[in-house]
Amino acid sequence: MASKAADVIGTQPLLPQPWVVSEVTRETDDVVTLTMDPGSGAAPMVFRPGQFNMLYAFGVGEVPISISGDPAHEAQLIHTLRAVGFVTRALCALQPGDLIGVRGPYGSHWPIEQHAGRDIVLVAGGIGLAPLRPAIYHILSHRDRYGEVALLYGARKPDELLFPDEFDAWRKAGIQVEITVDNADACWEGRVGVVTTLIRHGRFERTAASAFMCGPEVMMRFAAQELENQGVTPDKVFVSMERNMKCAIGLCGHCQLGPEFICTDGAVFALPRVQRLMTIREL
Amino acid sequence: MKDLVTLVAEHPFFEDLAPAHLALVVGCAQMAVYKKNDYLFKYGDDAAYFFLLRYGRVALELTGPGADSFRFQTVGAGEVLGWSWLFPPHQSQFDARVIEDARVIRFDGKCLRAKCDSDPVLGYDLMKRFAQVMVRRFADTRLQLIDVYGKQGR
Repeated sequence: MASKAADVIGTQPLLPQPWVVSEVTRETDDVVTLTMDPGSGAAPMVFRPGQFNMLYAFGVGEVPISISGDPAHEAQLIHTLRAVGFVTRALCALQPGDLIGVRGPYGSHWPIEQHAGRDIVLVAGGIGLAPLRPAIYHILSHRDRYGEVALLYGARKPDELLFPDEFDAWRKAGIQVEITVDNADACWEGRVGVVTTLIRHGRFERTAASAFMCGPEVMMRFAAQELENQGVTPDKVFVSMERNMKCAIGLCGHCQLGPEFICTDGAVFALPRVQRLMTIREL
Repeated sequence: MKDLVTLVAEHPFFEDLAPAHLALVVGCAQMAVYKKNDYLFKYGDDAAYFFLLRYGRVALELTGPGADSFRFQTVGAGEVLGWSWLFPPHQSQFDARVIEDARVIRFDGKCLRAKCDSDPVLGYDLMKRFAQVMVRRFADTRLQLIDVYGKQGR
């Protein structure tokens, strides 16, 4: 599952490749999806669901962002990101035709293929749906390999839901899409409540399910507990962690969490490997 | 068509309820149907009932003069709604509005309180079931309050 630093060193891992922004989609007030094509000298990118790239806003800086596009479409790279700091604000302000520096893909991936034949539960919170979307695309392309598939998605408010235009297509393809928001006004006719409530009511076989989670760590801690309460064992639960990555190849230590380098050992981990680390304040 | 005893016994809230207690609670129950935008109860109402939802969805809302409703939770099939019937002053603390046509089993709180008073084993059993629901809802509320999807989130 994990990539090794040695595998990527020697391929000029710190040198960004130029990609060209071809489309900018404003998902919410502060979340943007960038679609990119390879620029001059850049090769199409083969990646696995759950991996990330370092995106470079020229003259501003570089940030790790998970890939949110379809792994079957190598010629196009899609990233969904939230404007929270200098670099992400600069990236979110890019326009079609602008250049962006890209290096990657890095990190481990959702081990979804190893869980073929099982029910799949995808638990997403907020912008955490973006790193899970490539896994959804993979499942859609190989739907017959999996049992029940449930996407349990929680967001802060209805207008902060990502990719709402795709939900119907996912449902038609046989994915149970259950959505909840933390609060809403009376115009919203869907569920209101935290994402853990969806786990209690999701239609999947508890003892035959594998879960893949991405969202705020607090949310994942409670969701993991609820999955365990429901009978999904921790060794069948995988989480995507986020830390401030700099080199992305396991050298600088910026993203270290205890003994783990999030950039190379993760960002996707089997839950038992990081469950205790997620509760240690000093880390 | 299933009878009321079967429907109550099959509802997750009353899972593994002793047969003798099942007969007692069913004696205070009736089936009911609510259409979209009906209210099961409103803030300040006498909390006369609690509800087991079989189908549909109900929104819990707070509102004030000239203000839009704030919807803080929804309750759906398989869940229980209402515990104010159990505790003085037996008044509803918010509005419960149907947002998807709902089929429910409605329990008369006064009837059930009387049975709990005369059969403390039933009362303790019911109290434990409602306490579990409360603990879960408080935990959920804490998670909502810390705003995990805010700027500090991913």
